[in-house]
Amino acid sequence: MTVQHPIPAAPASKIPATLSPGRLLTIENLTVGFNGVRVLRGIDLTLARGEALGVVGESGSGKSVTWLAALGLLPKTAEVSGSVRLDEDELLGLHASRLNRVRGGRVAMIFQDPSSALNPVIRIGRQIGEVLARHQGMSGASVRAEAKRLFDLVGLPDSARRIDAYPHELSGGQNQRVMIAMALAGKPDVLIADEPTTALDATIQAQILDLLTTIRKETGMALVLISHDLGVVSETCERIMVMYAGGIVETAPSNLIFETPRHPYTQGLLAAVPPFEGAVERLVPIEGQVPHPANMPTGCAFAPRCSRHMSECEKIVPPLKSIAAGRASACLAEEGAQAERHSSPIKSMSA
Amino acid sequence: MTENIVELQAISKSYATRRGLFGRRVPVRAVDEVSLSLAKGQTLALVGESGSGKSTTGRVALGLERADTGCVLFRGTELPAADTRAWRRMRAQMQMIYQDPLAALDRRLTVLDQVREPLDIHEIGSASERNDKALAMLGAVGLNASHAGSLPSELSGGQRQRAVLARALIMRPELLICDEPVSALDVSIQAQVVNLLMDLQKEMHLSILFISHDLKVVRQISQRMAVMYLGRIVECGDTKDLLANPAHPYTKALVSAVPVAGGRTRERIILTGEPPNPAARPTGCAFHPRCPVARPQCASVSPAVTTLSNGRSVACHAVEIAPTFMGAEA
Ligand SMILES: Nc1ncnc2c1ncn2[C@@H]1O[C@H](COP(=O)(O)OP(=O)(O)OP(=O)(O)O)[C@@H](O)[C@H]1O
Ligand SMILES: Nc1ncnc2c1ncn2[C@@H]1O[C@H](COP(=O)(O)OP(=O)(O)OP(=O)(O)O)[C@@H](O)[C@H]1O
Ligand code: SF4
Ligand SMILES: [Mg+2]
Ligand SMILES: [Mg+2]
Repeated sequence: MTVQHPIPAAPASKIPATLSPGRLLTIENLTVGFNGVRVLRGIDLTLARGEALGVVGESGSGKSVTWLAALGLLPKTAEVSGSVRLDEDELLGLHASRLNRVRGGRVAMIFQDPSSALNPVIRIGRQIGEVLARHQGMSGASVRAEAKRLFDLVGLPDSARRIDAYPHELSGGQNQRVMIAMALAGKPDVLIADEPTTALDATIQAQILDLLTTIRKETGMALVLISHDLGVVSETCERIMVMYAGGIVETAPSNLIFETPRHPYTQGLLAAVPPFEGAVERLVPIEGQVPHPANMPTGCAFAPRCSRHMSECEKIVPPLKSIAAGRASACLAEEGAQAERHSSPIKSMSA
Repeated sequence: MTENIVELQAISKSYATRRGLFGRRVPVRAVDEVSLSLAKGQTLALVGESGSGKSTTGRVALGLERADTGCVLFRGTELPAADTRAWRRMRAQMQMIYQDPLAALDRRLTVLDQVREPLDIHEIGSASERNDKALAMLGAVGLNASHAGSLPSELSGGQRQRAVLARALIMRPELLICDEPVSALDVSIQAQVVNLLMDLQKEMHLSILFISHDLKVVRQISQRMAVMYLGRIVECGDTKDLLANPAHPYTKALVSAVPVAGGRTRERIILTGEPPNPAARPTGCAFHPRCPVARPQCASVSPAVTTLSNGRSVACHAVEIAPTFMGAEA
């Protein structure tokens, strides 16, 4: 579970998959558009068996859309291109019936909106039972026993009775744990958890994150954890990917990104977190607004809000470039700083 | 004495749950004799175990659900029964923001239409003034004109929650009950919304009941906070002081579990034992099966609420016997 996939500077497609036996999921140049407007502008990433990848970033930056597109869960009107491979199998454009077998089975997703994931008129025990029947081939009493076991695993109190409850009879956090149990029911190789613990108190949140880590270590399940809580991804994931306006702007090992964020957007993000110690001061949001996908700036999407922006930033779209072992950033100022550091190593990094 | 906008006096609320279609009905005591008061123009945070009754308390405070026992005072008078005319009049001054923005929005209406709707219903100003007002409010929560024309399904999670917030604030309510309002927002927008709520609070003298699991945000936004566990308030007091020196063993575990980016400074207290079951409430202190410092008495005697010298109230036997230790630490 070491960090073995710095985003390569060369297109990922030039590296044969066989060179990295741990590689489980490969996304190449994934783009998504709605009504001709691009919201995802070419994502490249790889996920190794057993790896935990944290995804953070501005609201609307495409964190959810990336994975909904990968699993064929976007509305038919969405324009999707690129490649998403699970081992050697291409998922994009896969026939619905085959995709259905992958979803909830080899790849499971915990959705951000409980109301779009749970059916309000079906008891939760039956909802999880359907997953168990479809992906584990279970039937009869074993379904109920396994459902109860999973509910216990995620810490749903009084699980024997709650099996017969409807979603509206449960609290927000209880429904969230039902969704986590449903995602684990298919014994997935990849679990995509989109804000899985926002409705949970800190003690249960910590227990759930510990549980996901244990399952990961025991079964080699890979975890993609999308969260706005930088503390959550910092404690659970080895590698962090930061998204802005439909692209990846920085990726780095978890411990390093919080110590020395390199992309100006990542720096702004960290500065906006309310501290848990010390004086309470007015929070510092990042100036300005996220560009709407329909009027994206020509150069760097972050340029209009960036404190380090230079004139080139308005012309050139900065590519995601390796800046150190296992670290990559998409920033022209960073590239300049990088070149300077190379030519005169003594010079302090004043940027 | 500061005026209280809302006062909950020993409210209790049970739900009947049953096992299977014909099973025996078992009452779940979601809220158990909860008393709370929210001073005008202030923010009271309500935190605690998932399923401990926070949302139920919020719904009872608004009169959306009636307490089985106890009473709710709004500006000193008892809240009229739900769906009466008097209640509807009061309701306009109280707004609630929910956990799940998609469920709170009408999927067929554009964002602008939804935010403008309350103004349309109450026929406030001309049509173009209403439009301008709604657009201004959307701007205040960080949504622009192109988001205004979108349907909820076309927005990201955080954008949806900002639309919900804009709609709740458009009528300039006196009381806002927020149930996890910022948990869907990225930290930058969260910072904007928290700043916005604090500014609006000053400007409109808004009172806020802020239900949240994010103790970092709670620390930022609230003056006082109450901690719930299995339907009861176990600790209540000044927010900064409470988070710096939690007294109740549950609060201590909760505070220690807050994830901090880039490594934590305090050691996490890991709770063992089953999460609590409201349908079979443990005897004595409901926390005793998981409490690291439980003593024999905790399994049989329910701890009474003690008020410490610094105004903190705590329900715990371990704190009762040493009422001064908090003052000494603070
Ligand atoms: N069905 C849809 N139709 C049109 N646009 C959409 C649709 N779904 C998403 N979008 C747009 O795609 C962009 C990315 O959305 P996405 O949901 O991936 O954001 P996100 O990063 O998950 O944000 P959040 O943190 O708020 O959940 C947003 O601008 C959103 O408005
Ligand atoms: N309509 C209902 N029918 C039966 N039980 C209910 C109903 N609504 C809530 N409950 C139960 O009451 C208890 C308190 O629920 P509530 O939603 O108030 O918790 P909460 O503190 O808001 O939790 P969370 O932090 O997870 O949102 C829970 O055990 C829940 O299952
Ligand atoms: S009363 Fe006893 S069991 Fe309850 S929190 Fe205090 S010490 Fe623990
Ligand atoms: Mg999302
Ligand atoms: Mg709730």
